[in-house]
Order: sequence, then C-alpha cells, then structure tokens
Amino acid sequence: MLDKTAEKRKNIISFVCVLAFLILVLILDQVIKPTSKMFMLLTVLQKGSVYALAAVSMNLLNGFTGLFSLGHAGFMLIGAYTYAIFTIPDKARDVVYQYYDASVRFSIPEKLGNSMGPFGTVLGVVIAVLLAGLAAAIFAYLIGLPVLRLKSDYLAIATLGFAEIIRAVFQWSKLGPVTNGSNLLKSFERTSTFKGVLFGMKLKFATFVPVLIATVSITLIVLLVNSTYGRAFKAIRDDEIAAEAMGINLAKHKMISFVTSSFFAGVAGASMAMVLSIAQASNFKSAMTYEILLMVVLGGIGSISGSVIGSMLFVAASEWWLRGLDSGTFLGINAPGVFRNGFRLVVFSVIIMVVVLFFRKGIMGDRELTDVIAGWKAKSKNKKGVTDHE
Amino acid sequence: MSESVLRVENVTMQFGGVVAVNNLNLDVHKNNIVSLIGPNGAGKTTAFNCITGVYQPTNGIVEFNGKTIISAHPDKKMKKIYQGENGEMYVNKPVIDPTPDQITKMGIARTFQNIRLWKSMSVFDNVLIAKHMNAKKGFFSAALHTNKADEERMREETFELLKEQGLDKYSNDLATSLPYGIQRRLEIARALAADPKLLLLDEPAAGMNPQETIELSQFIKEIRDNHNLTVLLVEHHMDLVMNISDYIYVIDFGKLISKGVPAEVQNDPKVVEAYLGVSEDE
Repeated sequence: MLDKTAEKRKNIISFVCVLAFLILVLILDQVIKPTSKMFMLLTVLQKGSVYALAAVSMNLLNGFTGLFSLGHAGFMLIGAYTYAIFTIPDKARDVVYQYYDASVRFSIPEKLGNSMGPFGTVLGVVIAVLLAGLAAAIFAYLIGLPVLRLKSDYLAIATLGFAEIIRAVFQWSKLGPVTNGSNLLKSFERTSTFKGVLFGMKLKFATFVPVLIATVSITLIVLLVNSTYGRAFKAIRDDEIAAEAMGINLAKHKMISFVTSSFFAGVAGASMAMVLSIAQASNFKSAMTYEILLMVVLGGIGSISGSVIGSMLFVAASEWWLRGLDSGTFLGINAPGVFRNGFRLVVFSVIIMVVVLFFRKGIMGDRELTDVIAGWKAKSKNKKGVTDHE
Repeated sequence: MSESVLRVENVTMQFGGVVAVNNLNLDVHKNNIVSLIGPNGAGKTTAFNCITGVYQPTNGIVEFNGKTIISAHPDKKMKKIYQGENGEMYVNKPVIDPTPDQITKMGIARTFQNIRLWKSMSVFDNVLIAKHMNAKKGFFSAALHTNKADEERMREETFELLKEQGLDKYSNDLATSLPYGIQRRLEIARALAADPKLLLLDEPAAGMNPQETIELSQFIKEIRDNHNLTVLLVEHHMDLVMNISDYIYVIDFGKLISKGVPAEVQNDPKVVEAYLGVSEDE
C-alpha cells in the first residue's frame, strides 16, 4: 500500500530530525561557555525541556482523554522528592538532613557506582528517575480511585486539592526523617555534575540530559497517543457515552491515562530536580500547574508538538527575551524608570492575551508539526501544478 | 420457531415515582428483525437503555442467548415506592448489573437516537476504535507499537467493513462532514465493527427523507443476512417498521399493549387508539 511507505518515510524523517536535534544540543553543551551571552539558550533548553515534558504529559490527560485535571504539580513533587531521596550520597545525608535523623540511607547511583564504576552511576540515575515516575504513578492510582468518578470542573477541583494535600504532607515535620520537612533537599546527582571523557575531550551533559529525558518520554507518549489505546482515549474525550457503548471500559481507560500522565509528570519532576539541583516542596505550588496549563493552552490542546513549542516559547520569553524589562534595559532602550521589577509580567500578560485573541485554539490547534509541514508541501505542490498547467 | 436470542422478562424501570417501563416482556428470535414501537414518551428508548446497561432496571431480568446478563429487584429504598408488578419475583436472585461496555463485549451493539459519532475523528478511525475492545495485545505492547500484527488485523478488518458498507470512499473524511444519511449508516457500521450477534437500532430512520428510508430498510435486511444478525429496532416510521419487521411489540405508557406480526398489529384496535386516539363520544 502506498499509505504504508509514506508513513514509514514520515517516521524515518521524524527520527532523523530528533536525532539531529539531540546531537546539536550535545554540541551546544560543549561549545557555549558559561560566560557567553548565549548561555541563556542552554538554561532555556534545560528548563524548557522539563516544562515541555510536564506540558505534554498534562496534554495526554487534558487534551487527549478530556479529563480536566489540575494535580500536575503534586505528581511532579512526588517525582522530584523520590529522585532526590534515592540519590543523595551517604556522606551528604547528615548535612542535608540537619534537623532530622535521615531514615532513608540508600543512594542508588552511589551503590551501583561503587560496584560498577561510572556506568553504574548512570544506571543508578536512570533507575532513580524511573522510580520517581513509578512513585508518582502509584500515588495517581490511589488518588484516581475516588477522583476519577468525577467529571469536568469537579475533577479539576478535586485533583487541585489533592496536589495541595501532597505538598502539605511533604512539608509535614513528622515526616522529616524522609522528606526533610519544609527544608530543601540538595547535594544529589544533578545534570551539571554529569561529565564524561571521550577521545580525550571532557564532555558536559548539563543540557543534554534533561533534553534526552524529555525526548525519550515525549516519544513514548507520541507512540501511546498513536496506538489503539490513544484512539480509545480520544473516543472518551469526544463522546463518553458512545465510547462506553462501543466496548471501551471507561473506568479502566481513564485510570490508564491518569496513571501514565502522572508517571511522566513524576519523570518531569525528577528532571526538574536535576536541573535546579534542589527539591523543595514549596516550589510545587498550584501556580506551577497553572503555568503548565498555560503552556498547553498556548501550544494547543490536543497537540503534542504544540505543547513543546508552547513551553519552549514560554520559558524563553519569561527567562530570557523579556528579562530586560525587569532589569532596566530592553532592546537597547535604557529606561530604568519604566523597565523595573514586575514590568515583565505586564508585557507577558499582554502577549498572552494577543496570542489567545489571534490563535483561539492555541498556536498549533489540534494539529501536529508534521501535519503542518505536510500541508505546506501540498500547497507548494499545488502551486507548481497550477503554473505548469498555465 | 428459531431459538430465542434476547429475552426480556418483567423488566420495570422506575425513576422516583415515574414508571417509565412497566413489566415489559420481549422475546427476540434469531435472525429476526423485531420492532419496538409506541408513541412519543412510551418508554422505548428507556427499554433500550435497560437492555444495554445504561440504566440498571428496577426489577426484572434480561437473558441473552440463554444466559442471564441482567438481573435486578427493587432495593431497600425502592421497595417502599415500587409501583410495578412482580416486585418479589427476583428477590432471591443475585443482582447482575453490567456496564454498557461489558454488554457490548457480550455481543449486543447499539446505535443512538441522536447520532453519537466521534466528531474530531475520521470515518476510518470511528470504525477502527470499535475494534479496540477486541485488541489481543495489552497496554504496554500497544503503547510501544510491538503489536504490529494485531494493529494490522484491526486496520484490515476496518477496511473490509467500510468497503462492504460502501463507505470506503469517505475513509479519510471527518465523520461530522458527511451527509446525515451517511452518518446514520456509519453509526451502524461502527456498531457492526464490534462483531455483535444482536444489533439494537434506536430510531435509525429519524430525520431521513422517504428515499433514504427505503434505502435504509434494504440496508438493514442486507446486514442482517450478511452478518448473521438479529435486529431489534425502535422506530417511528410506520412504513419502515411494517416493511421490514418479522415481529412487532407495541408499548404505550411503558406497558406492552400489543404484539404480533405486522398485519396483526396494524389492525389491533388498541394500537390504533394509542397512535390515533379515540374521540371521547365513542
């Protein structure tokens, strides 16, 4: 069938593009010096990839299954803490847990690193990241049992409440031996410490690691969305009653979507802990969920590439391009009277309003980047055809 | 007579104080086309919803191919206000209350009165999703795309079905962009994709013009023969009902008032009264 070869070609092209992007990031990681002006690009890539993964996993739930859940920050928190707790080296434990007697004294990367060398450390980090996802998924399952019986706004309120409860529990002083109470966790394996030696060159992976985690996770989500389960999710979103009448078990499929989404939220949380090199419960407020929701809406609900683009633009604008609005000089204009603390947020909200006005369904709508490119190709081909005819 | 596929026994559906379906008994035989008719608000769709698991009936049992698939009796709260008949009959039977998806998996597929296609999806995907419940591989296999053969089988079956129904030329169109009559047929095709033994059609001719209605009756007979189906349909169009039915049940105010072959039902004074009304002088 012609369809199949075209699809295969599309897959190969996407794969090559992703690989090229990863290599580019790896090169940028080596080339850009911390003193250079372009170093912001790396920061944006690091934070952006964390948020991109969070936004895509939220989109899986909100955009593809039609479950309006606002519990994302809570699951990211679980991921970040799980990762941190299982990677703090034994020596640093007592310094980090200065007010408590740390009960978990088990660093996976260190244990594996001692027995297997550098490879063991990497393997340990991978296991810790997966554990972070699993912990978030288990919590999601338990919360999902009662919460997924609710619909639309009620579900949003209930999940938002549970996320806040998770945050409060993690700050509880009675749990201090595990979570370090309201103090932050630090000194664990983080991206800036990942270094390698290749052909005598010292390699840095500070940006490459979070980008790689995001790429792998998003690829898995894309595969899921394009599978028979992904289609079932979309059926539930479009019409629950019809979906149920066509043999789709609503409770089971909603749970699968919720747990999967939370798994990747947990991974995003771990990735965030690695990038920021701290994990603190007070960072994971509901405001973070709203930020992620904003990225999803800006990018387009139901579009994975939209979520990625939305979060990259959001992070780039708020961390880099509009920084000057807060610090006195913007686009070469020096006006400390106007461009002072907080002005960035004013401009930012205006931009968001403009985007919402002109792109009612977000930047990408519910299309994917590949659809858009295919559309351009078809258009240019049509134009060619017309001129040929003339 | 051929064997019974669906047997509805003493089914009552009561919402608060309103008895929507009152002690309904139906017997649908294999490879028959059976119609359930009645004036507006008679409880036809409610009866459908009881059979398909959307509602749990207040009382009564439903048997499918000789197996009890639904069984209910008035519970504690309902006992006091129950107005139907045979309230004590099934008290000692275990309550069986399946969800609609379980009913569909047993082999009963349905369509809806107001078309419920998945709006944002193509015609092909609409039918393909109905194949999801027959997927042989689990979640992880599907999510990692290692179920190539299974996926291929589902796509192949969908393609065959669309071709058979003459819908393959619309394959890539959005379901909602199709003309009304074609949407109806697509909904039936989607139900067929679930490989049912019994097909329930809820007002399949609603909103169709006479030409489309004639085509539809032909179409229903065809799918019955091609797929070895039994069909139970709710309908208002008398032409269609009289034309294709092997047997007809008439209900009014939730109660069965007449049953029989089309010729019998047509001349039943009770049916005439329910449909046309009788002047008070008579």
